[in-house]
Amino acid sequence: MRYSIASLVANALTGNRNWKPVWREPEPKPAYDVVIVGGGGHGLATAHYLAKEHGITNVAVIDKSYLGSGNVGRNTTIVRSNYLLPENEPFYEWSMKLWEGLEQDLNYNTMVSQRGVLNVFHSDGQRDAFVRRGNAMLLHGADAQLLDREQVRTLVPFIDFDNARFPVRGGLLQPRGGTVRHDAVIWGYARSADTLGVDIIQNCAATGFRIENGRILGVETERGFIGAKTVALSVAGSSGRVAQMAGLRLPVESHALQAFVTEGIKPLLDTVITFGAGHFYCSQSDKGGLVFGGDIEGYNSYAQRGNLPAVEDVAEGGMALMPAIGRLRILRSWAGLLDMSMDGSPIMDHTPVEGLYFNGGWCYGGFKATPAAGWCFAHLIATGQPHPHATAYRFDRFGTGRVIDEKGVGAQPNLH
Amino acid sequence: MRITCPYCGERALDEFTYRGDATVKRPDSLDENTAEAWVDYVYLRDNPAGPHKELWHHGAGCHAWLEVTRDTVTHEILDVAFARKGC
Ligand SMILES: Cc1cc2nc3c(=O)[nH]c(=O)nc-3n(C[C@H](O)[C@H](O)[C@H](O)COP(=O)(O)OP(=O)(O)OC[C@H]3O[C@@H](n4cnc5c(N)ncnc54)[C@H](O)[C@@H]3O)c2cc1C
Ligand SMILES: [Zn+2]
Repeated sequence: MRYSIASLVANALTGNRNWKPVWREPEPKPAYDVVIVGGGGHGLATAHYLAKEHGITNVAVIDKSYLGSGNVGRNTTIVRSNYLLPENEPFYEWSMKLWEGLEQDLNYNTMVSQRGVLNVFHSDGQRDAFVRRGNAMLLHGADAQLLDREQVRTLVPFIDFDNARFPVRGGLLQPRGGTVRHDAVIWGYARSADTLGVDIIQNCAATGFRIENGRILGVETERGFIGAKTVALSVAGSSGRVAQMAGLRLPVESHALQAFVTEGIKPLLDTVITFGAGHFYCSQSDKGGLVFGGDIEGYNSYAQRGNLPAVEDVAEGGMALMPAIGRLRILRSWAGLLDMSMDGSPIMDHTPVEGLYFNGGWCYGGFKATPAAGWCFAHLIATGQPHPHATAYRFDRFGTGRVIDEKGVGAQPNLH
Repeated sequence: MRITCPYCGERALDEFTYRGDATVKRPDSLDENTAEAWVDYVYLRDNPAGPHKELWHHGAGCHAWLEVTRDTVTHEILDVAFARKGC
């Protein structure tokens, strides 16, 4: 059913008893043209664009759990295209453009809110770095504004401008950045892919791959073998575990990242704000809670939970930037499993197994990438060629030295 | 998570810094034939779900490098030894 004002009124008048489930629950068929392993944001966006842009609809998306159980339902929902390096910025700006048209494309309210992303800075050196970043963004057609201290004050008057160690000197603002309702993104892509003929199969973990003479023949799953000449992996924090079943070793470590939400309060923060002297980022949800997070845990982990040192660090960052947050109680905290790549940038490529494709290494920043990752991964799968915006995301960059290290810290995932 | 340092005893996690997988082997030559071994050493990881041998530095304690065996699924610490053998 197409959602419209007419469908809304008609259903309201009939007591909202006639809404249909948003996607089917099909049994897996014996074989498909393409099987996508991982029904997170990236897997479902890939299915949507494969069907819609390339006409490939004999597709299954399998997930080991329910839709939205992974990072797509656990992130802090920030979207932005404020990258520095030329391998990254065009890709993320393309993602931003897709976010801007997503609700029309999906006929689904994903609550794209371009409330701005404000990165405050605290020193002259940091301002110079942000000027450089802002210029790189402008060169790639994104938007960026350098704000002085007083301009920052008009946006967020309550932050600690005169903190003794980290006084606020100004900020870099991307007005088109903001937040997107993460659950709606997954449901919107799932509904669209399903409508276009894609089978979405939940509670169906991939347990192995059938590979003969270097070629993929299909996926072993909890619900039996599913044949496919093309298999696309998009399992985020489980990348290492799943790739291992195909005999691959990846330049990836799995790490946990926590996030937090406070009790709901009246409107306080109408932009996304990030602290420049530590790792802390915060926005206010539509229900009124402040949603925030900071650094990853910093050690390999497949546990979807973190430890107290990271909580303390996030709380200290929050208190240094916006002391008012100290009056609020935290309602909930949780963690997700990140696929931290060795240079902090993603991988989207063929693998040595013919017909097996890989998308991963999105670290803590793959939610904003969801539309473009789906778009470019679908392009790679359908045409065999990398999309022009994703040509740098190759496996062989680690061997050739063409790594994409935004932070310039080297092959150490917990520093990215 | 707490780590029991062989010198200092049981200490809080924030006294330690994590380096990563302790099983990767540094090739001993810069010879061209070792290029692949270097890529393997610097970038590729087994990243297991389960017991993992890893290096931690006790920076806020005795400054020793430790080889810790820890379960990445439960965070349980299974073993702690000095990274340098024969200490
Ligand atoms: C706390 C937190 C905050 C974050 N904040 C942001 C943010 O503000 N902005 C941003 O851009 N990014 C953010 N991220 C990162 C972002 O959420 C991820 O990079 C992105 O969601 C990963 O892609 P995905 O949605 O496809 O992953 P997921 O939703 O994790 O999808 C992977 C799927 O694979 C499935 N799977 C795993 N193994 C198997 C198997 N064997 N068989 C079948 N299926 C399998 C899983 O069940 C899961 O559903 C954050 C992440 C976390 C954890
Ligand atoms: Zn010690």
